[in-house]
Amino acid sequence: MAAKSSRKSSSNATAGQESAKEIVKTLEHFDPPAPAKFGKDDEIRAYRDMLLIRRFEEKAGQLYGMGFIGGFCHLYIGQEAVVVGMQMAMKEGDQVITGYRDHGHMLATGMEARGVMAELTGRRSGYSKGKGGSMHMFSKEKKFFGGHGIVGAQVPIGTGLAFASQYNRTDAMSITYFGDGAANQGQVYESFNMASLWKLPVVYVIENNRYAMGTSVSRASAETDFSHRGLSFKIPGIQVDGMDVRAVKAAGDLAAKHCRSGEGPIILEMMTYRYRGHSMSDPAKYRSRDEVQKMRSESDPIEQVKKRLLGDHGMSEDDVKAIDKEVREIVADAADFAQNDPEPDPSELWTDVYADEIPQTAE
Amino acid sequence: MPTEILMPALSPTMEEGTLAKWVKQVGDDVAAGDIIAEIETDKATMEVEAVDEGRLGKILVEAGSEGVKVNTPIALLLGEGEDEGDLEKAGSGSGGGGTKAADDADQKSSGKGSDSDGGGSAKPSRDEAVSDMSARRVPGEGKVHPEPKDVEGELAQEIPEGTEMVSITVREALRDAMAEELRRDDAVFVMGEEVAEYQGAYKITQGLLDEFGPRRVVDTPITEHGFAGLGVGAAFGGLRPIVEFMTFNFAMQAIDQIINSAAKTLYMAGGQMGCPIVFRGPNGAAARVAAQHSQDYAAWYSHVPGLKVVQPYTAADYKGLLKSAIRDPNPVIFLENEILYGQTFEIPKLDDWTVPIGKARIHRPGTDVTIVSFGIGMTYAVKAAEELAKEGIEAEVVDLRTIRPMDLDTVIRSVKKTNRCVTVEEGFPQCSVGGHIASEIMVRAFDYLDAPVLKVAGKDVPMPYAANLEKLALPSVKEVIDAVKAVTYRD
Repeated sequence: MAAKSSRKSSSNATAGQESAKEIVKTLEHFDPPAPAKFGKDDEIRAYRDMLLIRRFEEKAGQLYGMGFIGGFCHLYIGQEAVVVGMQMAMKEGDQVITGYRDHGHMLATGMEARGVMAELTGRRSGYSKGKGGSMHMFSKEKKFFGGHGIVGAQVPIGTGLAFASQYNRTDAMSITYFGDGAANQGQVYESFNMASLWKLPVVYVIENNRYAMGTSVSRASAETDFSHRGLSFKIPGIQVDGMDVRAVKAAGDLAAKHCRSGEGPIILEMMTYRYRGHSMSDPAKYRSRDEVQKMRSESDPIEQVKKRLLGDHGMSEDDVKAIDKEVREIVADAADFAQNDPEPDPSELWTDVYADEIPQTAE
Repeated sequence: MPTEILMPALSPTMEEGTLAKWVKQVGDDVAAGDIIAEIETDKATMEVEAVDEGRLGKILVEAGSEGVKVNTPIALLLGEGEDEGDLEKAGSGSGGGGTKAADDADQKSSGKGSDSDGGGSAKPSRDEAVSDMSARRVPGEGKVHPEPKDVEGELAQEIPEGTEMVSITVREALRDAMAEELRRDDAVFVMGEEVAEYQGAYKITQGLLDEFGPRRVVDTPITEHGFAGLGVGAAFGGLRPIVEFMTFNFAMQAIDQIINSAAKTLYMAGGQMGCPIVFRGPNGAAARVAAQHSQDYAAWYSHVPGLKVVQPYTAADYKGLLKSAIRDPNPVIFLENEILYGQTFEIPKLDDWTVPIGKARIHRPGTDVTIVSFGIGMTYAVKAAEELAKEGIEAEVVDLRTIRPMDLDTVIRSVKKTNRCVTVEEGFPQCSVGGHIASEIMVRAFDYLDAPVLKVAGKDVPMPYAANLEKLALPSVKEVIDAVKAVTYRD
């Protein structure tokens, strides 16, 4: 492939020194920056935040099986390092938007486990009062703009968030997540074009978990290197080990520097993996059990951090177990809350249709 | 106490399944994520993964069992420090969450419809039944948002007496409305194809770039789906976008963003955040541009809760309603008409002329028949009314101005006076705006009708190119006159 033969590597540069400008000028594939150097506190934060997502999703799967959660439920298990690493590279005011596999993104932005779980069970204390469900949740306070059920639709919207930041002359950036499946939607490229044309501060994070529902990347994509997908729009892209939270953090830092210095959008392709099916009702016959188990046993994002906590950082099994216990308690509390919170009042059927609506009682 | 493993629901509709195979056996250690069993449903074979870790203590449902109900305990898992002796403690009616879920489901199904049953044992007289019809409808059916109650017509806002009137085209009215709102609020900006340097494909944005600069007046690439979505995101981010479509025919490329993202977000977010945005541009047939450039979308958008839909006729309404639309906290579809752009109307000379969204206007008072129309449909209605007056038929012409929320109170009030109604629009006849009005009149003013409501609409064909065929496809003044004569039983 022509693009690949002209690849230039910046691997001689040391971590964090890659110039954003250099990327824009050369428009070639770059090796990702070296993984970020994590201190003990960083590792603990990453471990805790990823574990919270893992345990939350396991519980959500369980509640789905028990009938407490209805409809579609797409679990994020396996991909935790992506949102946690990106969150560690963000600052106050940055905006986040994603598709329907969104529970992890919400927890990473600091949204309450109780509110998210109660939305999953369709109860009144859910983030959307029970009206949105798994795929449609928002938090204005945490700058989480959804939670979108139409594959790829979040990409122009995330680009518009960046437009608003630029218009208002803030230095916020928009972290716009989508999957390898959404990356084949036309509106993604309409967005790339405008974002690059207007130098909008948007980081396109493509979470490549290898399968768009049941279709593997190679069966759906002519160019399977998604970091190259922005080249015709002069958008640089890098491929990142999305199972290593430190690699994600380093890529996020680079992208933030790029965006905030007015250089426009950047693509981060996160090489990741989902352990569970596309949704709860997916028998996952398109891949082998061994493939899943191999990822779990060799590349698990949480185990990687745990190993370093026990090794490099000298934590004891009991110290780590204490974190596990704390996380389990948060999740157990959220699940308990979400099962006992009342359903929305029937009158809620008619509210929130219009921002200026005139309240009416049922006839 | 051992953990009960329950028969899981693996899809939104699964109620029972076959326990095909146990992958783990009694005594086996189980880690979270291990497959413990296989389940067959009518759709697929699924693997059941363990959520908790422990040791499989007892199998309660043997492999091969069919029709196992969701939430039935199928096995017991022993946790840390538990042994076989603990098995006795489980399963004796403690139930756990699974049972509760099943109870909830039962409640849900038995509770269905309980609040929609009006009861009503005493049989009302026929008169009561008729006058009370709207109150007797299924709760919520036909209810729209927001519907200001205005039975007496008190909300009718009009021009203060003694106001100076000036002549202005619809094109100028639209430009002035945008310029005034751009001056008023820095969050307002205009984007679309050719809106800036070209001064607008139909010159609606003429002069705006000069006054407001490229930050506020933004030329986009030809990328309707993309810039409609980008506009939605900008609105989420606190701006007040005016998105111009060169014509609404091209907005079909963007309709997913308009409906799924703009219209539904406030509801899906439980009221936390909505989408204040105006999508505007010419709509419907121009002249000789054929099927793909000649569709009226009033009925399409008016179908969608969360949207407001405006389609004015006069320059005063164009200006006043566009200013209201820009200030509105909801997504507003603002349907213009190319043929009307050059037409001149009187408009009040006021510093801040606005017209409320959701209020119809009596364009011409009358007593014999009500003609309801909007947008360019009004041109047929008004001419027909003039012709009919010469024959002694006084038509009351109601200009809806807003299609959603629809001011049915004004329509019903007029029909109760005239007892007859004809609707006029250029859109297709099936599921049309007129069709909705007819059904509402039937429910709310059945006893006042002296004739069926008749609809005059575009013909049920794609718009043809040939001049004679195009004319035939559109409504005509004659069709309106004929319809009025039919409902007034004149020849």
